Amino acid sequence: MSASARVELRALDDLWFQISGTLCNLTCRHCFISCGPTNHTFELLSREAVLLALEESRELGVKEYYFTGGEPFIHPDMVEILERTLELGPASVLTNGTLLKPEAAARLERSEARSPYSLEFRVSIDGYSSETNDPIRGDGTFVRAMAGVRLLLQHGFLPIITVAQTWDDDRNDDVFARFVSVLQDAGYERPRVKIIPTLRIGAEVERNRGYHPSEKVTMEMLEDFDVSQLICTHSRIVTDKGVYVCPILIDLPEARMGKTLSESLGSYPLAHGACYTCYVGGAICSNVSAGGGDAT
Amino acid sequence: MQPERFERIAVLGGVYSNHIALEAAIADARRRDVDAIFCLGDLGAFGPHPDKTFPLLLEAGVQVMQGNYDNSIGRGLNDCQCGYTDPRDNFFAKISYDYTFDRTSDRWKSWMRSLPESIRIELGGYRVLMSHGSPRKMNEFLWESTTPTHFLEKMVDSHQADIVLATHTGLHWKRELPGDRHFVNVGVVGRPANDGRTNVWYTILDARNGFDAEFVPVDYDHESLALEMKQEGLPVEFIDTIRHGWWTTCLEILPAKERKKGSF
Repeated sequence: MSASARVELRALDDLWFQISGTLCNLTCRHCFISCGPTNHTFELLSREAVLLALEESRELGVKEYYFTGGEPFIHPDMVEILERTLELGPASVLTNGTLLKPEAAARLERSEARSPYSLEFRVSIDGYSSETNDPIRGDGTFVRAMAGVRLLLQHGFLPIITVAQTWDDDRNDDVFARFVSVLQDAGYERPRVKIIPTLRIGAEVERNRGYHPSEKVTMEMLEDFDVSQLICTHSRIVTDKGVYVCPILIDLPEARMGKTLSESLGSYPLAHGACYTCYVGGAICSNVSAGGGDAT
Repeated sequence: MQPERFERIAVLGGVYSNHIALEAAIADARRRDVDAIFCLGDLGAFGPHPDKTFPLLLEAGVQVMQGNYDNSIGRGLNDCQCGYTDPRDNFFAKISYDYTFDRTSDRWKSWMRSLPESIRIELGGYRVLMSHGSPRKMNEFLWESTTPTHFLEKMVDSHQADIVLATHTGLHWKRELPGDRHFVNVGVVGRPANDGRTNVWYTILDARNGFDAEFVPVDYDHESLALEMKQEGLPVEFIDTIRHGWWTTCLEILPAKERKKGSF
C-alpha cells in the first residue's frame, strides 16, 4: 500500500475551538466523536484559554473563528466568548439549536450589529420531520431545533441548516427540496441548507459502518488535487487538552500537535479513514469553500 | 524593473461581458482626469457576447489582469474555478461558463492566457499590489464581513505593499489598516452590487494629497443589456439582476451580513 501523503498547513485561516468539549445535551447516533451528557473525554474550554488563543491568532493572521462541541451553548460563557471574538473577526457556531435562550439571541443580535464581522449559526438538523430526524438525534429534537431556528430568524440571523447525509445519493434533490419547503413553512423565506457527508468514526460506526481499509488518501490521489479543500491545510482546533490537527480527529491521540497554536503548525499525514471523507467531500467543515480550484 | 508611477488612477473590477457598462465606466473615468485605467480581470461570465469587451479594453489602453474566469476560459478548463459548493449555484455557474466559453474566439482565449496575474505600480509614494481575489490566491473571496483587519495587515506585510486591491466578490469595500496602509475591493462593472440599484461601480484611487479611494457609481443603458441577454437566451434570473439590482444566483457563497443586505 502507498504511504500516506503529508499535508502542510499553508496558513492558519480557520481557527476552531472545541468549546464545550465532548459534552452535549443530545446523544446523536451518528456523532463522529460520540458526544453526550456524560462524555468527559474533552471538558469545557476555559474562557482564559479562548482569549489566549484569540490573542495568539492575530499574529498568525487567522481569517475565521469556529466554535463547536458537543453543544457550544452548554458553555456558561459562550455568549461573551462570541462577543469577544466578533471584536476580532467573523465567528461561526455549530449548534443543535435546542439550548439557545431568547435573551442570549437578543444579546448576540446586538453584538453582531456592532461588529463589522458576520456571526454565523450552523444548526444541525438531520431530517425534514420528526419522523426522519428524531431516530438519529433523539426524541423531540426536531421540534426543539426548529424552535431554535425560528428564534434565530426573529433576531435577524440566517442560520445555515447543516444536514448529515444518512440516505442514498439519489435522494439528495428530494431531501433538499423537502428541507427548503419545511423551512419556508416555518417562516425562513430564503433557507440556507448545507448537506454534508457523515464521518464513519465514533458513534457512526455502530449506526452504519466504519471505514474500509481501502478508504485512504494515497500520494497518487493528491496529484492534480486542490489540497486547499482539505481542512488540515488551513485549520487547527484548540481543546482543553491541547491543539489538534482538525475538528474531526480529536479522538486520536496522534492528532494532537502541541500545547499552543505556534507549536501546532507543522505538517500532518492523511492517514485516517476520515481524511478520505474530507478528500471526497471537500470543504465539509467550513461554512463555504474558501474559493475552489487551485487557480494560482 | 521599476514599477510605473502614477498619481491618480481608475480601477475596474469584473466585467462579466457587460460591454455597455464597461464603455460607460471607461468614459466616466476619462472625464475624471485619471493617469491610467486598470482592470482586475473576470472579463467574461453572466452577460452576452463576450467578444465585445476585449476591443473596448484595448482601444482605451486599459492595463488588464487575469481573473479566475479568464484563467479558466483561456486554458479551456471545465469550470470557472469560483468554488461554489451549492448545487443551484453550480447549475447557474455552468450555464454562464458554457455560454461564455463557446462564444469567446480563440484569438481572445490566447490573449487571456497571456495576461498577468498581478500588477505592481507606485501611486504617489504608495506601493500598490493589484490582485484578482487576493495576492495569494486568484479565486479567494475577501468579503468585508469575513476578513479581519489583522488578516489584511499580515497580507500587506507579506507582499511588501502599502495598498492591496482586489475584486472577485462583486461587492466594493475598503478598510484602512494601521500605518497608512489600505485594502480596497474595487467592486465590479459587470453587475449591480446587490443593493436594488441598477448602476455598477468602479474605483478611483488618488494619492496626490494622502491616499483616497472613491467608489464611483456608473449608470448605463441596462435595459439594452437585458434585451441582448434575452435575445441570447441567457437565464431570466441573470436578466432580473441587471434590471432590478438584486442578485438571484450564486448566493450560497455569501456570508451572513452580505446575504442579509440582498433580497434573495
